[in-house]
Amino acid sequence: MKNSKLSRRLLSTPYAAWITIFILIPLGMVFYYGLTDRTGAFTLQNVLDIMSAEHAKALWYSLGLSLASTLICFLLAYPLAMILAGMKVSQHSFILLIFILPMWMNFLLRTLAWQTLLEKTGVINMLLGFLHLPALNIINTPYAIVLGMVYNFLPFMVLPIYNALAKIDPNVVNAAKDLGAGRVQTFIKITFPLSIGGVISGITMVFIPALTTFVISKLLGGSKILLIGNVIEEEFTQTGNWHLGSGLSIVLMIFIIFNMVISSIFDREGEGTAL
Amino acid sequence: MKKELINLIDISKSFDNETVLDELNLSIHENEFLTLLGPSGCGKTTTLRILGGFITPDRGRVVFDGEDITSLPPNRRQLNTVFQKYALFTHMNIAENIAFGLKIKNKPRSYIQDKIKYALKLVNLEGYEKRMPDSLSGGQQQRIAIARAIVNEPKVLLLDEPLGALDLKLRQDMQYELIRLKNELGITFVYVTHDQEEALTMSDTIVVMNQGYIQQIGTPENIYNEPENAFVADFIGDSNIIDSVMLADELVSILGTKFACVDTGFGHNTPVDVVIRPEDVELTAPEEGTIQGTVTHLIFKGVHYEMEVEAGGFEWLVHSTGMYPVGTRVGIRVDPFNIQIMNKPESQDEEAVPVEE
Repeated sequence: MKNSKLSRRLLSTPYAAWITIFILIPLGMVFYYGLTDRTGAFTLQNVLDIMSAEHAKALWYSLGLSLASTLICFLLAYPLAMILAGMKVSQHSFILLIFILPMWMNFLLRTLAWQTLLEKTGVINMLLGFLHLPALNIINTPYAIVLGMVYNFLPFMVLPIYNALAKIDPNVVNAAKDLGAGRVQTFIKITFPLSIGGVISGITMVFIPALTTFVISKLLGGSKILLIGNVIEEEFTQTGNWHLGSGLSIVLMIFIIFNMVISSIFDREGEGTAL
Repeated sequence: MKKELINLIDISKSFDNETVLDELNLSIHENEFLTLLGPSGCGKTTTLRILGGFITPDRGRVVFDGEDITSLPPNRRQLNTVFQKYALFTHMNIAENIAFGLKIKNKPRSYIQDKIKYALKLVNLEGYEKRMPDSLSGGQQQRIAIARAIVNEPKVLLLDEPLGALDLKLRQDMQYELIRLKNELGITFVYVTHDQEEALTMSDTIVVMNQGYIQQIGTPENIYNEPENAFVADFIGDSNIIDSVMLADELVSILGTKFACVDTGFGHNTPVDVVIRPEDVELTAPEEGTIQGTVTHLIFKGVHYEMEVEAGGFEWLVHSTGMYPVGTRVGIRVDPFNIQIMNKPESQDEEAVPVEE
């Protein structure tokens, strides 16, 4: 009995060390820097600085773009996940592979590829010019950023929804039809509610990275568009104001925690207690 | 005979070039408890799904109450299904599950409330309205699945191996429950199972199926006592199936020994299959038997002893309350009335196949 406790403790040591070194200590440092000024005295100024016109604008912009990306991802992913879930394993594994394949490539590389594609004299515009069609000028606009976000994060929306849909017993859907529900009613009352867990985790997995990204906005948005991720990055790498950078990170963390709380509430409702 | 409610006419269905049903014809009567019985892959579930509307037959027609419903989708058929493994809506509570079909049909609220109460009372689960399906036991979930189906007042209830996931004791209780329900509701039950005991206990009519063909239709007594071929005899209960020759009317040669029987009209010297149920084999002193043999196995089964007797080159399965130790010389005698003569199968399809469980 004591032996097994000891070996369990030994086995868990690497994970405990990992969590401490790479999660708890950095988190503690963020809070330390965020809540102190250069002299080391306690202050809320770094956090409250989010209210300044420039920072507030970047935050709103980030929220807007990541919400839009999340919505577009959801609208694209749900039908796809339904098609995949309705297929036989032999058929869908190839399509799933196509979706997962880009994820094996470096994230930065994929985004850089889009930059090359979208540039004013890039591949897409060359092709369009060749076909005598008007050029596509979305590089360095919010549209390019949303495109980059959707492209990069779509698999994270497809997979959890697909998993949730694939888990639904086909007889449950048959039972709804058997009890008189048409296709639309079956979807609204049975299929969608049963997949809500997947939808929520998909939303979380797209919204949070989209909210915090600075690479996509930097590469596809040029220097004109500042998202909150870029602001924080600049405070660390260019201005060198770790205190302000950490303070703004805390604000972002609040949004992330807020999102997670909401999703856990939704999920509980999804499993169903209310009539 | 009661009025015919459903007619399946020349139904054929294949999946991936494999024929599952071949020109199946079946009539289901009003207020009948009809069981489709057979080993897995015999086409019984496919038949039920065609009735429910989840599968469209390749050829043939489904006629319900005089109306062709072959291509009618499930949501517009006047029958409801109780699925294998219950298929309850896990995101709704019990009341919502039961109300589902009624809400779709826009029934008034008070009517729905009454129906929920009535259905829960019928399946002995009063007061379970607010519970979630996951918090119920298998047997309770099965009752809810039945309640959910019957509140819609279907003319026919289709049951797809509904007791398959339950343990033995619960299964037996539910068998009586289902008989009671059927009598209280006065509707037709079409029941699919591979369990012959279940079929014998509950059914008015048993349809024995194998490899897409109906082997025999009859009452439980009929199917058990007078199986039409070796497959049915083998599938329903234990039996001794012996290659024999019908010498003349009321006289059959079993393993070279003449036995008196009651069947006539098979002609002279016709090869036949003979079925003798193990409980119909009487063991006697060697000199009193029609044929003599030696006991090779003996097992105590509670109600009776199960013995195997080697006689005339055949291992006879015997159920008897008397005990004969292994190695005893015994005589075998069979009442003429208990010798069931069957024609040899004409085609491969009727051949007795080993039953997979």
